[in-house]
Formats: sequence, C-alpha cells, structure tokens
Amino acid sequence: MNRFLIPAGVFVALAGILYVGVVHSPNKSTMQSALLGKAAPKFSLPVLGEPSRTLNSTELAGRPWVLNVWATWCGACREEHAALVDIARAQQVPIVGLDWRDEDDAAQQWLAELGNPYAVVAVDREGRTAINFGVYGAPETFFIDAGGHVQYRHVGAMTPEVWQREFVARLPRAGLP
Amino acid sequence: MIPELGHFALILALLLAGAQAFFGIAGAARGDARWQAAVRPAVAGQFVLISTAIGALVYAFVSFDFSVAYVENNSNSALPTFYRVAALWGAHEGSLLLWVWILSLWTLAVAMASRNLPVTLASRVLGVLGFVSFGFLIFTLATSNPFERILPAPADGRDLNPVLQDPALAIHPPILYTGYVGFAVAFAFACAAMLEGKLDASWARWTRPWTTAAWSFLSVGIALGSWWAYYELGWGGYWFWDPVENASFMPWLVGTALIHSLAATEKRGLFKSWTLLLAILAFSLSLLGTFLVRSGVLVLVHSFAADPTRGLFILGFLIIVIGGALTLYAWRAPLLKSQAGFEGTAREAFLLYNNIFLVLAALIVFIGTLAPLINDALGLPSISVGGQWFTRLFPLVILPLVALVAIGIHAGWKRGQLSVNRHRIIIGLGIALVVGLSVVFGAYGPGKWLTPVGVVLGVWIIVSSLFDPIDRLRRKLSLPRAIIGMTLAHIGLGVCVVAISTVESYTIERDVPIGVGETVALGRYAYRFESIQPVEGPNYDGVRGEVTVLRDGQPIAIMHPEKRNYWVQRSTMTEAGIHSRWNMNLFAALGEDLGGGRWSLRAQIRPLIDYVWLAAGLMALGGMLAASDRRYRALAAAQAGVTGTAQAPAT
Repeated sequence: MNRFLIPAGVFVALAGILYVGVVHSPNKSTMQSALLGKAAPKFSLPVLGEPSRTLNSTELAGRPWVLNVWATWCGACREEHAALVDIARAQQVPIVGLDWRDEDDAAQQWLAELGNPYAVVAVDREGRTAINFGVYGAPETFFIDAGGHVQYRHVGAMTPEVWQREFVARLPRAGLP
Repeated sequence: MIPELGHFALILALLLAGAQAFFGIAGAARGDARWQAAVRPAVAGQFVLISTAIGALVYAFVSFDFSVAYVENNSNSALPTFYRVAALWGAHEGSLLLWVWILSLWTLAVAMASRNLPVTLASRVLGVLGFVSFGFLIFTLATSNPFERILPAPADGRDLNPVLQDPALAIHPPILYTGYVGFAVAFAFACAAMLEGKLDASWARWTRPWTTAAWSFLSVGIALGSWWAYYELGWGGYWFWDPVENASFMPWLVGTALIHSLAATEKRGLFKSWTLLLAILAFSLSLLGTFLVRSGVLVLVHSFAADPTRGLFILGFLIIVIGGALTLYAWRAPLLKSQAGFEGTAREAFLLYNNIFLVLAALIVFIGTLAPLINDALGLPSISVGGQWFTRLFPLVILPLVALVAIGIHAGWKRGQLSVNRHRIIIGLGIALVVGLSVVFGAYGPGKWLTPVGVVLGVWIIVSSLFDPIDRLRRKLSLPRAIIGMTLAHIGLGVCVVAISTVESYTIERDVPIGVGETVALGRYAYRFESIQPVEGPNYDGVRGEVTVLRDGQPIAIMHPEKRNYWVQRSTMTEAGIHSRWNMNLFAALGEDLGGGRWSLRAQIRPLIDYVWLAAGLMALGGMLAASDRRYRALAAAQAGVTGTAQAPAT
C-alpha cells in the first residue's frame, strides 16, 4: 500500500467520527441548567392585566406546566411568538408567561396584537424570579412536571420541532392531570 | 439600507472568490495567460467587498441599529463604543465575517508580494486561497448571515456576552484568527506545489516568511487568551487544557514543526513530502479549531451555541478541503523526492527529532481534546479527559524536546560536527546546572521533581541560543534578522519552560472565607481585606473589594478585585485584583458573598507567571523578525524588475 495514502485514510476515519458527533450531539440549545431534576424556584408575582391578583407558584403544582420567559424588548421572543400561539391552541399543557423586566403597557399591547398563548402571565419587573431560574437571556422555556421539578430547559426561540421533541415527548412521564 | 449593502457586497465577494478559484486553478492548468491575469483583480475586488461588508456591520453596531438581528443579539444601548465595535466578533456570524475578511487580507498580501513568483505557481496559490474563501463565504451567507433583519425593530439589544467585555478578549479573536487563517497561505503553497508537481528551495523560501508570520500571530493570540482567562475567569491559572485553548494550541504545535521542517527543505532539499503534510495539517487543525469552537460539537466555557446544520456544513467543507488536499498528497507527494542524506547528529536530524516530538505533543492534545467526542460518537459513556491526561503526558514529550533543542542548536548542517562544538554544549549545561539548581533550591526550596529538571533545561536553552549570536558579534560578522529572530524565539522557549516549571511547583493558593479587617497569610505575604464597596459601570453594577498586600507585615500594595453583574444578560463576572512584581504575581479574586459582610476570597501567589506570556511575546517577536529578514525582502526586490516567469536567484 502507498504510504502516502495513510494521512487520507486517517482523515476519512476521523471525518466519520466527527459526522456521527455532529448528528448525534445533543441539542446545543439545551444549556446545562443547575435546576434540571430539581424543584422549580418558588415565586409569587403580580398577574399581567389584573393588578390585584397575585400568582403563586404553588397554585401551579399538581400538573405539568411550561414557563416561558419573554419580554417585549426581546427580538427572538417576537420570532417565537407565533409558534407559541399555535402550540397553545392545542391545549396540551398550560403555558405560563414570565414577563421579564418589561413595561406592563407594552406587554399588554403586544399580547393584544400578536395573540396571547399564555394561561396566565406573571410580571417579573425586577427580574428576581428569572435570576432564580438561572435565565441567561430571553426567550427561555422551562418544562416543569406535576411534582414541581424542572425537567427541561430550552434556550432561544421555541419552534414546533423543539416543542414536539422536547416538551410533548416529556408529557407522558410528567404526570398528566 | 446600509446592512443590505453589506449583504450584497458579501454576495458579490462570493462570486469573485469563485472566479478567483476557477481562473487561478484552471488558468494555471491550461496555461492560459488571460485567465491567470484575472486572478489578482478578483483578489483586490474581494478584499474591497468584504471590507465593505465589515464596514456595514460596524456601522450597524455603532449606530445602534437593533433591527439587525446580530446587533440586537450582541449589543445594547448602554454598551461602550469600543465594545460595540468589538461586538462584531462577539458571536458566530460576525466571527465568520472576520475570518473571511482576514483571509482576504492575507490573500491580498500574497497577491501583492507574489508578482515575482512563477505565474502559474502564484495563480495556483491564489486560486486555492480563493477556494477556501469561497467555502467560508457560502457558509456565512447560507447559514450564518450577520445582516439578517428583525422587523419591527426591538427597542434595545440583548447586550454583548459579558465574558467578552474585556480589552484582552476583545482583541484576542482578530489576532488568533490572523494566526489561524495565516496557515491558509502555507496550505495554499503546499497545494500549489503538489499541483505543479515541483517543490524546490525557492518554493520553501517563499513559503517560510508567511508561515512564520502566521505562527507569530497565533503565539500572541494564544497568550492573550491565556492572560485573559487568568484575570477574568477568576480561577487564577494560565492554562486549563480547555478544548478551545487546545484548538488553538494544536495548529501552533504543528506550525512550529512546519517552520523547522521548512528550514530543512529550503537549505537541504529534505523532508519535502513531510513539509507538505505538515502544511496541510497545520491548516486542517486551524479549520478544526474553527469547527470545534463554532459547531457546538463540544460544549465549552466560551463556545457559543449553534445548530447542527452549521456543523454539517463545516464538516462537508472540511472533507472537501482537507480530504481533497490529502488525496492530492497521496497522488503527488511520491513524485517529490528528497535529494540529500545526513548524519544522525546533523542539524537535519535534530530538526527531524524536533518534528517528531512536536507532532507527538500535538497528537496528545488532539486525543485529549477529541476523546470525549469520539466516545460520544461510538456510543460509549460520555467521558471528560481531565487535566491529568495532559499534565502527565505533555512533559514526557516536551522535556526531551527541550533537551534536544539545547543540543541541536550547536549542530551544523549535513554533518553534525557536534564534537567541534562540544565545549559549548558542556559549558552551556554547566551554566544551566549552576544557575538552574541554585535558583530552584536557593530561592524556592524543594518542589515537584520535574521542576529542577525543567528549570535547568530552560536555562540551558537560553544559554545555548546565545553562543552563536555572541560568537558572530565577536567575530564582527553580520547578525541578520533571521538569526536574531531565531535566537529570541528559542530564548522565549527557554523562558517559558523555566516559568512554567516554577509556577507549577511554587504557587501558593488559598480559598478562604474572610470578613472586613481580617488577614490571610500566604508565606511571607499576607492579604488584609479592607473594605467592600458597591460600584457601577456603564452597563453593570457590582462590588469592589479593597485588599492590602502586606510583606513581612508592611503594606506594599493595594488590589481591587471586583465582582460585576451585567444588567442585560444578568451574568456575573469577576475581575481579579492583581499586583504584579518582577518575580511573582499576587492575585486576589472575590468569590461568593457569604452574608454578614463575609466573602470567600481566592488568594494566590504565582511566581514568574508573567514570564509565561512574556515568553510568548518573545517567540512572536522572534518570528516577526525572522519573517522580515533581508533575505526575503531582497528576494522580492531582486525580482521586482524581472517580470513573468523569472526564477528565484539562488542566494
């Protein structure tokens, strides 16, 4: 055999491994979250549009739910909004919005214009709750099971594919109501 | 409008890159003078167009155009102007744009300096560079367009990753990329030589300065990254064997081997196919570095998220470029026979040993970096190769290499004649033993057993590399830049080995909980935690501690470690307080707020750590001097008058 072929041979083997690595590498928007498998942080926040009402995270216990962190100043949130509205229409699981460091008026106007996918929107004006969830930047979406444990964290815009693959797929094991 | 202009310029640049690749390679193959004449204008046009694109993106950043998605993602109205410009390469899309721009800059430089090369060789070199540029431009436009809009425009942006809001890291990517991309020139020369089926001394002489210059940039880039990690990540080390660091270190190791192998190819017509292989390898590892960091194959401290389409695209590109070059190699390299033989103690032999050890070192880094990935791909449990893999194996190949350098410097070409220089070897080793051992045991006391070995070998290299220049000065011979450069780079290596051996053994580190007014002792030094105050910057707030450094009880310096919260991304960054003395660094970083006015403090003393970066600076300076040697300039000047297919005069 031609010894000058050896480098090419080694490269072919390596490229194969890299190919498998790229195709099978876990979704990179799954950022490591210290919260995975742990209890979701508790919060008690005012509800958007109903200033007298407070949403307490304990009210959400007992069934799986999804927390979507968004804000009107966030471009990718606008990008994912239509997908969220579609997802909400299927009514598989309640989506709780966390309006992060935002203006209430702007947020209400946004929902009026673009549609409201949220079962309820909690207002996190100072961003404390978002910090407790380890939010890196909006949008982020968390899947919380019936036992109140964070099962999944998606960083970046939600898409129907991610929703099917990572969220709907987790429903059967999350303790449906 | 301006961003669309940038986008359009990028598309035109792609077309020109295609033309450059086609006319360069096909024109040379057909020997068509008109086709080949089209190559240089394409290079110039491409440079202008990519510069326009860069300018458009900078304009979007500076003018707060948050309707551009990339600007929105990486900037904010509170971000200072300097970082708004640096935000250009703050994430994937802009980094790629920077990559192709630097490539177009290198290509332009080659086009201007290669007027005197044989026409077909120059066309082929530029054609291969155009091909690489074409691939990267198509990748940018198809998967990572930095000019994409979001409408309606958001009111404000999501800010630059706070990790990057630091002067050293802000200038680190352009310099590192200049090094990475510079190896594309060596790669193009290698491919051109294989297409020509001819590789002679003048080919090596043309290739050398480009390779050395790229290597110098890479050295600076790596050192800057390491320096940044030292004071910004708050861990207090200078090298973590993190995959991103390794990704830049591998091409550096292979590039170092290439520089030395090219010397033998030029002077003695040796190692021809090996030199070609190294040139291909150095650029492949640069591409792999881009790939590892950019595709998200490995999730790392500072690699940013990406999606698999990009990974697959880069992989496809790697297969075409590297696979193509290696196929060409398998086909053409056997034609290139080396002419001369040499003795086992000749300079050629030492360069060969140097190459073997450097490539082994690169292999160790390669395996350590890719093992987790390979395991993953083969379905084995995910593993992470710890620092141990590197710290155990690396000295095993580097220390013999260092010893061989100290001896090999004295070897002559062809016949070693080491016996003639025997006294230099013995005197050098003697000085090294005396100085090294007295420094280690006199100043520091016993440490790891490798430390005295490392220090002695490091000093030995420094002393050895001084013999020849001093001898030349004494004999009133000229001292060309190539010799000064080589000497500086070898001294840099010696300094680096000494510094690393010392810092590995005699670092004092303590992580302690500390309250205001309390003191932590570190040998004869002590840190007193004086106060902690809130601070506010343009786009962050945080706390700033004040730490007094005491030496034998006397205050000698004040340090201000900080901990910052960047508002928009809500992330915390540390800024270490560092007091630099000539022989050590005193380092303090704030850890967690323990409540009740108490903080955890990371207190360290690292001897000679600054010399690790200084060493990289020496190597880079040496490389630059060598690359600008009169020989290469004279070569260009001598041929300036001669046009067409003039051959290099044999100087």
